[in-house]
Amino acid sequence: MAVAFVAPAVIVLAALTAGPALWVVWLSLRERLPVFGIDRFVALGHYAFLATDTRFWSALRVTAVFTIASVALELLLGLGLALALRGQRVGRRAAIGLLLLAWALPGVVTARVFEWLYYPAGGLVNVVLGAQLNWLGSPTLALPALILADVWRTMPFVALFCYARLLTIPAAVYEAAAVDGASRLATFRYVTLPLLGPVLLVTLLFRTLDALRAFDLMFVLTGGGPAGLTETLTVYAYRSLFQTLRLGFGSAIGVVVFVLVMLVATAYFRVLRRQEAAA
Amino acid sequence: MRRRPLAADLAVLALLALYAVPFLWQVLTSLKPEAELLRVPPLWPSRLTLEHYAVVFAQSSMPQALVNSLGVGLLTTLLACLLGVPAAYAMATLPVPGAGALMLGIVASTAFPQIATVSPLYLVMRALGLRDTWAALVLADASFALPFVIWLMTRFMREVPRELSEAAALDGAGRWLTLLRIHLPLTAPGLASVALLTFLFAWNEFLFAFTFTATEASRTVPVALALFPGVFEVPWGDIAAASILASIPPVLIVVLLQRWLVRGLLAGALTE
Repeated sequence: MAVAFVAPAVIVLAALTAGPALWVVWLSLRERLPVFGIDRFVALGHYAFLATDTRFWSALRVTAVFTIASVALELLLGLGLALALRGQRVGRRAAIGLLLLAWALPGVVTARVFEWLYYPAGGLVNVVLGAQLNWLGSPTLALPALILADVWRTMPFVALFCYARLLTIPAAVYEAAAVDGASRLATFRYVTLPLLGPVLLVTLLFRTLDALRAFDLMFVLTGGGPAGLTETLTVYAYRSLFQTLRLGFGSAIGVVVFVLVMLVATAYFRVLRRQEAAA
Repeated sequence: MRRRPLAADLAVLALLALYAVPFLWQVLTSLKPEAELLRVPPLWPSRLTLEHYAVVFAQSSMPQALVNSLGVGLLTTLLACLLGVPAAYAMATLPVPGAGALMLGIVASTAFPQIATVSPLYLVMRALGLRDTWAALVLADASFALPFVIWLMTRFMREVPRELSEAAALDGAGRWLTLLRIHLPLTAPGLASVALLTFLFAWNEFLFAFTFTATEASRTVPVALALFPGVFEVPWGDIAAASILASIPPVLIVVLLQRWLVRGLLAGALTE
């Protein structure tokens, strides 16, 4: 009986998620160049090549730097903003609206917005700084500029989660701390932070897996440039798949992203379940 | 806690307004006369104009892209809810064989990176002759929308008191009737949040849309914006106008449907 309710969804999911997830592994073991009609088994050949491919290691490094820097900044700024919002009494709706705006926009819009802000001759950033910097064209500035754009669009998510958790902490907890003569810093360190811990952990893991699979922002904003210095694994995979049309090789890079994401996701779901059991 | 002064509240609002400046600057850019785009300062233009919007509507593929995005977004949401809600109902209330493993698979698939599934899906779409159609995008987007709907709706459905469905069963109501009469009305606010987020994700989706479309016939708004043409120099004003058009649904959702948006977001990862 129950099967009739579940079956349609399960069949569609098998075709659209589980199937492709297995198929991509199989594809990654093949050399597949549709343009030349080539389709043959190469076993772990692509992975062996990746192990010595400097472009792959560079993309892995960029992905790691992007993920770590972006998530760290988001958590710090998001937590700070949530603390600032906690006591907000006037214009709360407007505040949440202004905050969530950046998060809700399509990634491509964010890319276009920042492309214009960073434009060397007349972009707002240079005008405000009184500088003449070529943000997206400079080897040292491009990756930080990309990270900044990502922090802008994802920090609101972190802030919202921390803010929502802060609202559930009863005022009595703080009154007790005040009665004990705890300083503001001590209250934060020994009361707020431990209570926020679980939310921060969940947000950290979720944001990490999201940053690892990010694509649209960097693809449109820098396209991996200059000279591949902002090319993440996702952009390298996309280029291989659909610009050099090497479906097997591109799939191998996709599988690497898949494995990285699933490692983080495993930790994420484990924490989520433990918290659910404790609640 | 001590009440804080009004000034602090206003300062936080001012800070958040500052945070929105990148987008607000794009709004202003879209309304600036062409000749004043690169003449900054002054920050405020001598006059406001809709000329960039006129160009976007008359000369770009943006109007058709807006129609495509709206269609794909609504159909994706509809498909995911039609398949996902009954599945969630069964997962929450009925003995589904292998429910634990199934739920694990569903939740795990919300984390699948699109870059990994895009190559098999590309081959599927090509084999089915669906490239450059709405159907390809609706199906591809369902790969993340459907697990999301099932995951969240199962949580909402679990909160419906068991006594209610038992009472309905005593009255002779079948499973489908119980779903329609008891669970659906009681989880309607949750469903609204989930549907809203699903639509937003589909509207914003870029990787699948960029890969599976080839012409104006199916290109969605993010794709049209990414490919926005410039002949000799970058048409910053036109791009800004196109960006604002692409942002209309997200902005409306944040402003008008904020409560549902926040509820859905928090249900996704908080466990309270």
